[in-house]
Order: sequence, then structure tokens, then C-alpha cells
Amino acid sequence: MRRRAARVTDLTQAIAPRPDISPLAAPLIAGRHIRYEADGQVILDHVDIHVRPREIVTLIGPNGAGKSTLVRILLGLLEPSAGTVERRPGLRVGYVPQRFSPSPHMPITARRFLATAQGSARHKNGALTERLTEVGAAAVADTLLNDLSSGELQRVLLARALIGDPDLLVLDEPTRGVDVTGQTELFDLVAGLRDSRGCGMLIVSHELHIVMAATDRVLCLNKHICCEGRPESISTNPEFVAMFGTAAARRLAIYTHEHDHQHDIAGEVVHAAHGHETHNHNTHVNGAHAHDTRATDPHAG
Amino acid sequence: MLDDFLIRALLGGLGVALAAGPLGCFVVWRRMAYFGDSLAHSALLGVAVGALLDVDLRFGVLGVGLAIALILAGLERRAQLATDTLLGILAHSALAFGFIAVSLVPGLRADVVGLLFGDVLAISKSDLAWIWGGAATVLVVLAVLWRKLLLMTIDADLARAEGVPTAALRVVLMLLIAISVALAMKAVGALLITALLLIPAATARRFARTPEGMAVRAAGIGAIAVVIGLGGSLSTDIPAGPAIVAAAAVIFAAAQFRRGGSHPPLP
Repeated sequence: MRRRAARVTDLTQAIAPRPDISPLAAPLIAGRHIRYEADGQVILDHVDIHVRPREIVTLIGPNGAGKSTLVRILLGLLEPSAGTVERRPGLRVGYVPQRFSPSPHMPITARRFLATAQGSARHKNGALTERLTEVGAAAVADTLLNDLSSGELQRVLLARALIGDPDLLVLDEPTRGVDVTGQTELFDLVAGLRDSRGCGMLIVSHELHIVMAATDRVLCLNKHICCEGRPESISTNPEFVAMFGTAAARRLAIYTHEHDHQHDIAGEVVHAAHGHETHNHNTHVNGAHAHDTRATDPHAG
Repeated sequence: MLDDFLIRALLGGLGVALAAGPLGCFVVWRRMAYFGDSLAHSALLGVAVGALLDVDLRFGVLGVGLAIALILAGLERRAQLATDTLLGILAHSALAFGFIAVSLVPGLRADVVGLLFGDVLAISKSDLAWIWGGAATVLVVLAVLWRKLLLMTIDADLARAEGVPTAALRVVLMLLIAISVALAMKAVGALLITALLLIPAATARRFARTPEGMAVRAAGIGAIAVVIGLGGSLSTDIPAGPAIVAAAAVIFAAAQFRRGGSHPPLP
């Protein structure tokens, strides 16, 4: 019963995605048929990925799936063995790296660190503080980087990534080393930034259940794109279950269901939880079919 | 004024200290101490090469230092060995070849002690021009590339993502250290050059909250060590180069006793 409810809410999402993300808008960034080999090993093969304006795309996959390699190729740090990366002309990218461990030998405050961003010379001190305030890190402006907690450090990195007024934010495991409460806060912040700034986002994460709340589209990567779809549908995808195990899939399904429920109450249609199922089921059967095919067929596309 | 050997010694020592302070910060931040040491080892070979080719010995030292830096950068990309292993090979090979080369040049052997420990009280006007020219080069390059060098030092990945050519800048830093070795040799000698890069910067670490603050303080601490060392050398007739480094070491030791050193209150 529960599972069915989750699937049904999924359908409304499939038919009515966020109205502000146009599927027709040119992607901010698109990798096509990306292949990457290192030392004779295929790290990535036939990967297609794109992020549209205002869209939050989450990249998940097991360790060694090539997630960070793909991010580095999209950022232009690595040259793909085959395939192309197209960026919208003049695209401004803000990047929060996966591993950031500032040299313990260099004394540097958070504010001074922000000033190492390109073009930060144009920003007055006040503007740097403003960015820190935007991510809720104003209090640590004069704290040494080495004295910051993981969560604070991630916020400072996020503030720094915002300095160039990016069209696209690339966050590689932004919650690494952050406790659960901190993770949720961080993602609320990230989701809020998309709404306040209107930038697209590419997020790499292991913390599925936390990321999903804000995600528009999920890509599961394991050398190739195994499956792709809205977060609510991905948890029932056989490839996804095979990759992450049934426990993770069930946890995700429960979570996304609960999330949708809240979302719906806050959104245009105010339905009680028990009326939900019937309504959606009756109205969107066809959409359900079309969507399920796309999301679960590994050969689709 | 420059006719006074003491003034020349002071100006020479200060020139070296002012450049070594900020550059030494990068040596501390990026853990390049062993690299500086290796270049110092190669200085002997540089002297011998200079003598064999009958050119200014300082050019010999500079040339060999730059060559070692470039060879290392090339090897790092190809060889499947750690940098410190490569450095050890380069440094001690250069030292061995240096001693062999020195033995081949008649009359050079007598000068070796002077080369190893410096002779700051014998700095000539041309030495001074050399030191200040080299120091200015180091400081100007550091100032121009400061933001990128800092970012690359804080996090190389982030720097690359923002278009900083980290591989090229690494080589630039190595070349700057090679220049500093060549210009500091007369002042403190080949064996003690790394000390002048390391100790003032390491001391300044405790008193700084920004990279710039650390660089300026390192230059200042180096300058103080030069003044104290030269003073000590004059009054007690101890060799000047080691006296300067000893003064820096004492300042470093004293700084360790400063309470709450790494977290001074904000100004």
C-alpha cells in the first residue's frame, strides 16, 4: 500500500515538473558520449549528462563509479578520451571540490580565503561578508580555516563559489564529513540558493535520502549512466536497486514519498494524505505508464 | 657609504632576508624544504661548472640550480617515484659530481669552505647588485602571481578548476627558489640557505592570521636575524653566515614559548 502510494505521487511529479525548469531551454552544460580511459581501464563510457537552467541534477553511484572523473571532465580539468562537453557561451561556474583540506601550515581567515576567488578584487570587503551571510557563515568570517568544522568549511566554500555570480554550481559531495543535522541544513541552504539565485546545480552525493528532497533529476552512474529519472521514480528502478541494495531503495522510497506529501500540501493542490492516492491514480494513469517506461528501461534513450 | 664592508654586508644580508621571507612562506606552506636543501647541494656543482667554463661562479650556481629545478619538474611527470626520492637522487648526485668537478679545478678546493658557509663580510658591490637584483626579481614575481600561488597552495584542485596553471606555477616556484639559493650563497653559504628560507617563515607562522601577514613578518624576522648575526660576528669574530642562521634559530625557539602563539587576538 505504501509503495503504491509512493509510486502514484511520483506520477504527478512526472507530469508536472517544476514549472520554472523548461525542458526546451538550452542546457547550461552538456556532456555527450563521454568516454574516459586511464591506464587502459575504462572509467567512463557513453555518458550523456546535461544540466538546464534552474535545474538541480544529482549524480549518484558507488565508489569508483567515475563520478568525480565525470565532474572533472565537465569542469574542463580532464580531457575526455572521446565525446564532447558543450558549455553555454559565457557560462560562469562555481565549484565546491570534494576533498578540501586547506594546508594546515598556512594561516588564513575565511574572509581572506574568499578573496582568493577570481575577480574578488572587484568585491569590497563588505561584499565578501555578504556572501558569507548568504550561506549563514558570517559569524566565522574572521576564523582561521583550520579552526572551522566540516559544515562551516563547506559553507565557506559555497560562499566562495557564489562570488563570481555563477550560472551553474557544481558541488562534489558537499556533505562529506558533516553530521546528519548539518547535512539537512546544508541541503536546505543549497535548495534555497537555487530559488534565490536561479542557478542550475550539479550535485555529487552519497547521501541519497537527504539530497533527493531538492533534486529534480537523478543520474545513477556506474561507468555508464545506469538509470535516470525523477528521484521518486528512481527508487523503484531495478538497476538502482541492484546497485544500492533494497534497503537503500526502500529508505529512499519512503523518504521521497514523505517529501512529496509535504510538497503537495505546500503546493497548489491541497489534498489530505488519504485522498491523494485516488485522485492521482484516476487522473494520471497514462502519464504513469509513459514515465515508468522511460525511467526503468535501461535501454531507453 | 657602500665602501664600508659592514654596510655592504648589512645590505646584502637584508636583501637576502627580504626575499627569503615571503618565498620561504611558500617553502613552509608547500613543504618544499627538502627541495631547497637539494638545490643547495647542487650549488657546489654550480661553482665547479662556473669555474670549468670560466664564467662568473654565480652564473654557474644559478644555471645548475635552474637546471635541477627543470629536471625535477620533468622527472616528476614521467618517473613513478615520489618527489623526495627523486630529490634525494638529484641532490646527492649533484653533490658527488660537484666534489669531483671541484677537484678537477686547481685552486678551487681552498674556496669550498667559503662557498659552504658564505662570506658575508666580503660582499662586493657587484655581489650587492646581484643580491638586490635577484631579490627584486623574486619579490616582483611573487607579488604578480600572489593570488594564484596562494590558491594553488590552499587547494590545487580548486585552483585548477578556476583556470590556474598549477603545473607551470610549481615550476615557477622552483625557479624562484633556485634564484634565491644563488643570491643567498655569498651571504650565508650553500649549506645554510634553506635555513634562511625556513626559519623566519616558520617563526612568523605563530604570529600571523593571513598569508600576507606571515610573509611580511617572515621578512622582518629574517632582517632582525641578519642584524643580530652580523653584530655578533663583528663583536666576537665568529663566522657571519652561521651567526645569522643561529640568530634566526634562537628567535624561533624564543617564539615557541609565546603563550597562545597560533591564535593571537585580532588587531
